[in-house]
Amino acid sequence: MVLLQVIAGGLLLGAVYALFSSGLTLIWGMMNFINFAHGEFVMLGMYVAFLTVVWLGGPAVFSIAAALALFALGVGVYLSLVRHVIRGPMLAQILSTFGLALLLRYTAFWIFSANFVTLPQTSLAGTIRLGGLFLPVAQLVAGVVAVALTLALHVLLTRSTIGSRLLAVAEDRAAAMLMGIRPDRMQMLAWGFSAAAAGVAGALMATAYPWSPSVGETFGLIAFIVVALGGFGSVLGSLYAGLIIGLIQAISAFWLGAIYKDIVVYGLFVALLWLRPQGLMGKA
Amino acid sequence: MKQSWPARLPVVLLAATLLLYPLILPGAFYRDIGVTFLLAAISASAWNIVGGYAGQVSVGHSMFFGLGAYAPLLLYTLWGWPPMAGIPVGIALAVGLSLVVGLPTFRLTGHYFSMATIAVAELIRIFTGTWNFVGAAIGLQGPATARAWWDLIFRSELPYYYLFLAVLAILLAITSVIERRRFGFYLRAIKAGERAARSLGVPVRRTKMKALALSAAFTSIAGSLYVIKTGFIDPDSGFGILISVQMVIVAALGGAGTLFGPLLGALILIPTFSTAASLC
Repeated sequence: MVLLQVIAGGLLLGAVYALFSSGLTLIWGMMNFINFAHGEFVMLGMYVAFLTVVWLGGPAVFSIAAALALFALGVGVYLSLVRHVIRGPMLAQILSTFGLALLLRYTAFWIFSANFVTLPQTSLAGTIRLGGLFLPVAQLVAGVVAVALTLALHVLLTRSTIGSRLLAVAEDRAAAMLMGIRPDRMQMLAWGFSAAAAGVAGALMATAYPWSPSVGETFGLIAFIVVALGGFGSVLGSLYAGLIIGLIQAISAFWLGAIYKDIVVYGLFVALLWLRPQGLMGKA
Repeated sequence: MKQSWPARLPVVLLAATLLLYPLILPGAFYRDIGVTFLLAAISASAWNIVGGYAGQVSVGHSMFFGLGAYAPLLLYTLWGWPPMAGIPVGIALAVGLSLVVGLPTFRLTGHYFSMATIAVAELIRIFTGTWNFVGAAIGLQGPATARAWWDLIFRSELPYYYLFLAVLAILLAITSVIERRRFGFYLRAIKAGERAARSLGVPVRRTKMKALALSAAFTSIAGSLYVIKTGFIDPDSGFGILISVQMVIVAALGGAGTLFGPLLGALILIPTFSTAASLC
């Protein structure tokens, strides 16, 4: 029974991992650009939630919508930074996005201090009983909304015109241009979607878990691991992989102790890179 | 290939400046900057061998730095050995780890190699923080006062400065020899295009392995030197991701894949850091 409780908790957190990782897979998997600031986008989403609830006194549900504003951040980052290094050497990508990550992280430290914060008691407080399981409402909402949004992103990419255009640019930039698609605009959109997914995931987690400005580092690494596990550029792959990682973390924390959960996940990641670098769902 | 005197003049001037610097600016603040600068230049130059010349961007070099930093203090804590004796142990561990990391990951290219190095470094950092044998999250401490000269504990920064300068000189000399040898050409060929290099008969994986092992050895020495001077290490200051990133930034700022690039990068960045830190 306790194990079942652990599994449920892991899956609900894993669903949120899936949401922000599907944002990274847009950038890393499809556009082949490495973004070290993705975890920081998640962290910013958490503080957007914090600002809307604590400073403006809005309801927790509203904070999740507010995190969509990170779409603008993604577009801004693309226009001001990524556009200039996108065709440069890999070193330029790594350094520019790592610089951005440090800038965002330490700005957050400066404004919000290094203390852990939580959202005050909100409409999402309390637990409900499902069978023999006790599930906090906030975690349940976060998990369900995250799965829904990840699926929505998948549908957007595979079923809509915009999605086809994005995929066309990812596949062959020159051919997409010949078909009358502006690659620059599509890249910009991808960055917007990516940051918005990260931000909403952050806001969802903010309703259920405590956090501090340094969480971005961990989430960034988890996003990389989920994308690598799920196969580059596959949103559905990210969904499965996110759930798996959440589950592995929860179970290893339960059996081995909380400090070992990241060791297990990173170890699996290294093993995966060695054995199956194209990911579980990816094609070789 | 013998260079004429005018071509060597900048190098001679640079060497003279570095040799005379602590005598010209004797204040504690300037000496501290000098020592920090040399340490950053050594680590970045070591990273440069595999990250710059061979173009294999490792963002996890702190794994070698940390091994080099932990080895001396662990040997001191266990058996009271002088920290200096840990240098070869650190090198051996770092080279061993470089083989373990390099053999599988060098099949990966581009982002994958960077990600794998980050993951391994983070793995080691978290693991070190949970392992009581190496002091867990608290870390390890060296001898508080010198038992004899071989503990290498000095009141003044001056001996450290010249020790670090000597190591940097040796590292740059080795790098400049590599630059002109076949090995150096192999490295640059791999950076320019791995497939093309392989088709021309370059033993790509073996060359990458050698570069990583050499780079790991010198990064480990940088870690040992750091810990011999500070006498303290914990998981974040040994294996932290910022240690790795600093090497990348310093080397890339001055020019990755050039002999004096990392030194130039450290020359710009470290005084900026120290000055900014002293202002706030």
